[in-house]
Amino acid sequence: MFWHMIIKTLIRQKNKMLMIAFTVVLGVSLSTAMMNVMLGVGDKVNRELKVYGANITVRHKDAALMSDLYGLEGQGVNDKFLHEDDVLKLKSIFWGFNILDFAPILEGRVSFNGVDTAIIGTWPEKNTTLPTGEELHTGLKALRTWWEVNGQWLGEDDDDSVMVGHILADQNKISVNDKITLTANGQSKIFTVKGIFNDGGNSDSKILMTLPSAQAMMNLSGRVSAIEVSALTTPDNDLARKAAQDPRSLSPDEYETWYCTAYVSAICHQIQEVIRDGVAKPVRQVAESEGTILNKTTLLMVLITILSAIGSSLAISNLITASVIERSQELGLLKALGAYNWQIVLLVLAEVMITGLAGGVVGYFVGIGFAQVIGQTVFGSYIEIARMVILIVAVILFFVTLFGSIPAIRYLTALKPTEVLHGK
Amino acid sequence: MSKKILELKNISKIYGNLKALADINLSVNAGDWLSIMGPSGSGKTTMINIIGCMDTPSTGSVILDGVDISRENAASLTRIRRDKIGLIFQQFHLISYLTAVENVMVAQYYHSMPDEDEAMEALAKVGLSDRAHHLPAQLSGGEQQRVCIARALINSPQILLGDEPTGNLDEENEGIVVDIFRRLHDEGVTIIIVTHDPEVGDVAQRKIILEHGRVVGDIDQSATFGEALKLRGSHV
Repeated sequence: MFWHMIIKTLIRQKNKMLMIAFTVVLGVSLSTAMMNVMLGVGDKVNRELKVYGANITVRHKDAALMSDLYGLEGQGVNDKFLHEDDVLKLKSIFWGFNILDFAPILEGRVSFNGVDTAIIGTWPEKNTTLPTGEELHTGLKALRTWWEVNGQWLGEDDDDSVMVGHILADQNKISVNDKITLTANGQSKIFTVKGIFNDGGNSDSKILMTLPSAQAMMNLSGRVSAIEVSALTTPDNDLARKAAQDPRSLSPDEYETWYCTAYVSAICHQIQEVIRDGVAKPVRQVAESEGTILNKTTLLMVLITILSAIGSSLAISNLITASVIERSQELGLLKALGAYNWQIVLLVLAEVMITGLAGGVVGYFVGIGFAQVIGQTVFGSYIEIARMVILIVAVILFFVTLFGSIPAIRYLTALKPTEVLHGK
Repeated sequence: MSKKILELKNISKIYGNLKALADINLSVNAGDWLSIMGPSGSGKTTMINIIGCMDTPSTGSVILDGVDISRENAASLTRIRRDKIGLIFQQFHLISYLTAVENVMVAQYYHSMPDEDEAMEALAKVGLSDRAHHLPAQLSGGEQQRVCIARALINSPQILLGDEPTGNLDEENEGIVVDIFRRLHDEGVTIIIVTHDPEVGDVAQRKIILEHGRVVGDIDQSATFGEALKLRGSHV
């Protein structure tokens, strides 16, 4: 009889129930979309933030010490270098998949037109196959996405070409395809200017060349000054901050959690394990900005989810209350016939929950669609569907429907059969 | 001597400054057929609400089947009403989306267990076997009221309580319903009805006249409402 009454009520009140279901669809779809985006947004936002360049720099431990103590960087600080053949080991660490791009840097000084000028040797592009079989495509070009380049980027094997910073080019009236002569260690070499770049920073007065060219000019074969690394990281929390101070202060459990989470400090720690004499340090400004933006984006998604849940709850509340008031005579009669308050409340809640469930299922799939639209529009890729969202949405749906039913429940429990049956 | 099924002792019901019932005393024996008449505002509905466990008196006691129910809470009153009272309404109050037999079964559901065979028997008692699977909208007013009576009888209540049970019926259907009451009375069912219709009221073996919340007349079958009212110089 219970289910019979519910089914008949749902059929009889189909328009109202469709309105309730539609409201649930809206709320659940928004919640589903926001939560899927929220859970998948970490990587997406991180990837978007990679336009700000490297978030980790690896230097020789002595060079890093000079940098920490005196703020001195670049060639001439000391003569300690990293080994070029260690660079590819970055991809072998536990969080190797989170290392998106990297490039070795060799800084040096040459004579150009009789003026002491800074050069940067690097991998403009690097395409290789790792021992694991993974294809690797990286290089400075991937780390300097904001550069404005007049002409072309250097290719992987452009050992006879250079790129010149736009300030240096302006000062020396250098154009693309010009030939320039650089001298170092008593030997000169003529390079073709393949591109003029605008970095917006110190590099605009420097000359960029391939790593082999720079190593040859500096007589530093197989050596690099630093490695710039762009890694996907998890925003720091108290554990990460504690580990950053001293990983030895962690308990074994804490260490395991920290090591197996992509905190920037954990990734730096793992990099140091594979780079001989290397000290990896986060570029704090970039790393913290990423964490802040990610946290704020997540907060925004959570707020939208909460607001959509509240909005749905209020709308459902109005619809259910209106429905119950309309049926007050019928529900009052059930009380007069001997139904307890809880039996009437159960009847109405069951109707609403069934309607909500139907709306929730539809809303979930609509929400997945919304999430993909957001993923494509904002991040240019699909959002991975998180299964845990189903559980969270189910809980949200239950409470939204329950809270939305509270005014109706209060009305029902206060309803006196005499008032509706005698028309008083 | 019949068992006393209902006793109202010094019942008053006060709403703010209004005294809807004032010091009512009334005893009803099992198997009695009682009709209550009175002008609008005389307290008939308030009295029937109290007897039907849908309201409680401000003062006084209601003894139903030997138990004082006047201070029971709402849940207890619901249980007592479900077990001991069968309600018949002027507007029938059938659930529009349930068939006649389903409307009867609803009362069974909230009492114990729905049993379609028993519900069909109850409908047969009021002559509606062939209309059992019709919706209320497909039934005449008289038929709807007979469904309402079947629903009130389905749980074998100790008192059948009717609030203007013929108020919405034409003469023919009024006769049918009164005949059903007469038959139920012969079977020993206790019937209390509130009515404006002297002809319906006169069929009862005992008549109560209410005015301004007080019992002003308690007459037996030998006199009619008309005669009693003429003596008092009042009308309903």
